[in-house]
Amino acid sequence: MLQISHLKKRFGERVAVDDVSFEVPTGETVGLLGPNGAGKTTTLSMLSGISQPDDGTVSFQGQAVNRDANQLKRRVGLVPQDLALYDELSAWANLELFGGLYGMSGAPLAQRAAEALALVGLEDRRGDRVKEFSGGMKRRLNIAGALLHDPELVLLDEPTVGVDPQSRNAIFENLEELKRRGKTLVYTTHYMEEAERLCDRVVIIDHGKVIACDTVRGLYRRLPPSQVALLEFDGAPASDGLLTALAALPGISGVRRTDGGVRLETEDFGAHLARALEAVAAQGVRIASVQTGQVSLEDVFIALTGHALRDGAAARA
Amino acid sequence: MNIEAIRALIRNDLRIYATDRRAIIIGILVPILIAAFFGYVFGGNGSAEPGRIPVALVDEDQSAVSRAIAADLEQDPLLAVQMLDRSQAAARVRAGKIQVAVVLPKNFAAEALRALLEGAAMPQVELMVDPSQAMSGRIVEGLLVQHGMREITRVAFTESAPMGLRGGLRVPYTLATTKITSAQHVPYNGYAHSFAGMTTQFILFAGIDAGVMLLLARERGIWQRLRSAPLRKSEFLLARSIATTLISLFQFALIYAAAILLFRVRIGGSVLGFAAVAVGLCLLNATFGLMLASIGRSPAATRGIAVLATLLLVMVGGAWVPSFVFPKWLQQASLAVPTRWAVDGLDAMTWRGLGLDAALGPVAVLGGSALLCLAVAIWRFRWEE
Repeated sequence: MLQISHLKKRFGERVAVDDVSFEVPTGETVGLLGPNGAGKTTTLSMLSGISQPDDGTVSFQGQAVNRDANQLKRRVGLVPQDLALYDELSAWANLELFGGLYGMSGAPLAQRAAEALALVGLEDRRGDRVKEFSGGMKRRLNIAGALLHDPELVLLDEPTVGVDPQSRNAIFENLEELKRRGKTLVYTTHYMEEAERLCDRVVIIDHGKVIACDTVRGLYRRLPPSQVALLEFDGAPASDGLLTALAALPGISGVRRTDGGVRLETEDFGAHLARALEAVAAQGVRIASVQTGQVSLEDVFIALTGHALRDGAAARA
Repeated sequence: MNIEAIRALIRNDLRIYATDRRAIIIGILVPILIAAFFGYVFGGNGSAEPGRIPVALVDEDQSAVSRAIAADLEQDPLLAVQMLDRSQAAARVRAGKIQVAVVLPKNFAAEALRALLEGAAMPQVELMVDPSQAMSGRIVEGLLVQHGMREITRVAFTESAPMGLRGGLRVPYTLATTKITSAQHVPYNGYAHSFAGMTTQFILFAGIDAGVMLLLARERGIWQRLRSAPLRKSEFLLARSIATTLISLFQFALIYAAAILLFRVRIGGSVLGFAAVAVGLCLLNATFGLMLASIGRSPAATRGIAVLATLLLVMVGGAWVPSFVFPKWLQQASLAVPTRWAVDGLDAMTWRGLGLDAALGPVAVLGGSALLCLAVAIWRFRWEE
């Protein structure tokens, strides 16, 4: 069990982490979800023993993370957000270093490095220099670097940032394999779909504070049951007049402007969508497409914090 | 022509330049300080007292003339004269403590007078010269002719009865210059001293690179990886010190291999002493780099400060210009500079041909300086965040 209790971290006048508490049972995957600057990375730094909290405690399996956290560090693997690799060295040389940092050498290190490379699908690229790798491959090697000492707890700081969908999917599969092997994972992200796919529980952080901590299903239960429709317009963005008109329609519980149209929430599209489409047509706006679906974690985040997870991000159906 | 694009690029470059004010200051300050240093060393505004050439005088004649010459030389503002015996003088020239030793042989005055007045055989004045300070040898030769002629002719034309100048008026003695090297018949190799100076300088530059690389690593994800590992600050600093020392030793070995194979530089003294000085220098280099990384902030500014510090260290250490051109206080101050000891130690073990005992001082100073740098690094290195 990873226990985080009343964690606080301040940088000058700015409070980066403010009284953060949550628990992660062994073998569970917990997502720290929040916008950039919410305090996720700072929290992870304190969990890994890199930085010391100004207040509060962190313990793993009953062992406190303090200034002399080296014993605990042997049980924890960190995947930093910035690539923690030597570009000029081969994948194998990087892993030799990272294993060596945990006191490994010789055949056990070679075996663990081979297994880590196999897990991330890079076993045939072991001799290649990292600078020849694609962004996705570097991200996967970045994960492998944290697994050599077979940690019980793996801390992943936005491990899919900047990679293409195919590589992201490969990384998801790597992480799902780690879950199957019983690892405890703490995963920071600002991608809702990642948290929904991977995490047993989600801790929503905003401005350094924990806003909610629950299972994905539990978070959804915090919103009234509803469906969403994303209307994409062919031409100008939705006017304020159109938004007002849509919001006034009976059965429409939420209206939000998106990059190319509007996003509507209702309990029953069968009864109310037709009237909404008529209202749009009445304003002389051509509809290019209509997509319907369920509410997402984005909606939960907005409901809890009052703002979008990513600045300017389009809402997703 | 896309004027807007050019303007935007120029503006951007200027903005980026302006972001690191520390680097800007260093970029301006470094040339000012180096220019000031050289200007001062080479005379400045004329108010500084120039340094004196350290000279040993061996007076085996002990005549009134030889004593008068000694007095004249002692009074000369260009020289700092010590009266020694022959063996002491030779040892001190070999050790680089004295640049020139003048030996006035027995019966010098009498034979010189006979040579001047009767055309008899001329006595020979021996000059033992540190070959790395050849300019000093020439200056002393000139001053010896000046003072020697004055004293001998004063005696010849006032105190002795003139017997005529059968040989014509000429310098009544010859000068025999001996370059004191590792052995009697081993010629001086000028490359040996320049390799000592330049190797010291560029090994220190490698230390700067190591320090700056460490500062750059702090800005990358790799730093978090290192910090998340069960690693203590002392272990990390020790590993970095050893790695940089090994790299420096590799660099040192290849430079000296080239010096030996291509430029015939010889390790005329103790090979063990040479190796010990090399290890001392490389240890200093490694800990110097760590110290820079521990006190530096931005990599660019740190590089600027470090280059300035290194250039001053090697200049004061005598790698660029002979130390006798320095003002007296600077010559004294240079003894506190480890690079001076490194250059002196390498000189001692190569062309001077001195034994292991001559390496002990440089090794102690280099080792002590390395420990000092390491202590500062341990004290100031930011490990906790």
